[in-house]
Amino acid sequence: MTVSPDLDARFREAAAAEGLLDVAYELHDTPVGRLLIAVTDHGLCEIHYDADPEAEAERLARLFGNRVLRSARPTDEARRQLDEYFAGDRREFDLSVDLRAAREFGRAVLEELALVPYGELTTYGTLAAKAGRPRAARAVGTVMNRNPVPIVLPCHRVVGSTGSLVGYAGGLDRKRTLLELEGALLA
Amino acid sequence: MMEAVAVPPFERFYEEHRNAVLGQLRRLLGRDAADDAFQETFLRALRSYSKLKHGEHLRAWALTIARNVAIDTRRREQITSADVPDLESVDEPLPYEELRRLTSKLPEKERAAVFLRYGYDLSYEDIGSALGSSAEAARQATSSGVRRLRRKELR
Repeated sequence: MTVSPDLDARFREAAAAEGLLDVAYELHDTPVGRLLIAVTDHGLCEIHYDADPEAEAERLARLFGNRVLRSARPTDEARRQLDEYFAGDRREFDLSVDLRAAREFGRAVLEELALVPYGELTTYGTLAAKAGRPRAARAVGTVMNRNPVPIVLPCHRVVGSTGSLVGYAGGLDRKRTLLELEGALLA
Repeated sequence: MMEAVAVPPFERFYEEHRNAVLGQLRRLLGRDAADDAFQETFLRALRSYSKLKHGEHLRAWALTIARNVAIDTRRREQITSADVPDLESVDEPLPYEELRRLTSKLPEKERAAVFLRYGYDLSYEDIGSALGSSAEAARQATSSGVRRLRRKELR
């Protein structure tokens, strides 16, 4: 007995519509590859490159509660804005972000990161200073590496003090692609 | 001591047991009613999922919920069919045998709607609630049944 795609889709939609989910997620194809996009009642909680959905569902369940289900509708707005961003039609994201899983310093850094404008670069040291710990550039690097919502919180705009790209959780190629898209780097 | 099996993310629970649940519901209710009951089963499971203490025997748990949903579905059907008045209590029904013969080839839903409208003189609202649909859907089913009968008569 196999559940038809239609019946399956109806259940996934009803589960979200009734507000029964801790986390809803969907996979979404973009120019930087397939992203797993997850949302809670509090907002976007994860964008993940090259995700293994099963492992991610486990992780999200530990962080936010085990009612984790693939369900497209709650992620529609985030996916639409990402499409616009990649098409060059959007410079700022208008999405609430769920940072409940981040620790105090991490949250402060991510909130500062959110203020770095489209197409501009900043450094790990600058961000550390703005978050109130000028000597914590290395810790900022760790926070960037664990950024739960890359692209939307633009850790790709953070580079080393010499201007080198340094690193990116999704790989340096993607960092370069995003910065070229924004016109921050020459293609 | 063995550690309790952790409750998996709902996604995994659903993926692993949905086919078995649908199979059981179809056996108990038939194909059409099973689809509605399927959704209700997993919505019920979701409502109590965060209260689960461990992840053991989840298939048995899912099938138990499904069985309860099937029982509730049956009970609802019995109540609605009990709402339909007895033949004897209706003043001027179309002769029952004639109506039965006339409508015997109609699709099931239209047949029931035509029967209730012209055999029992029920309002579309009552027909809708007897058939588990809206008054408007009942009206449409009735009129498309009647159209179908007319087309047959013309031939």
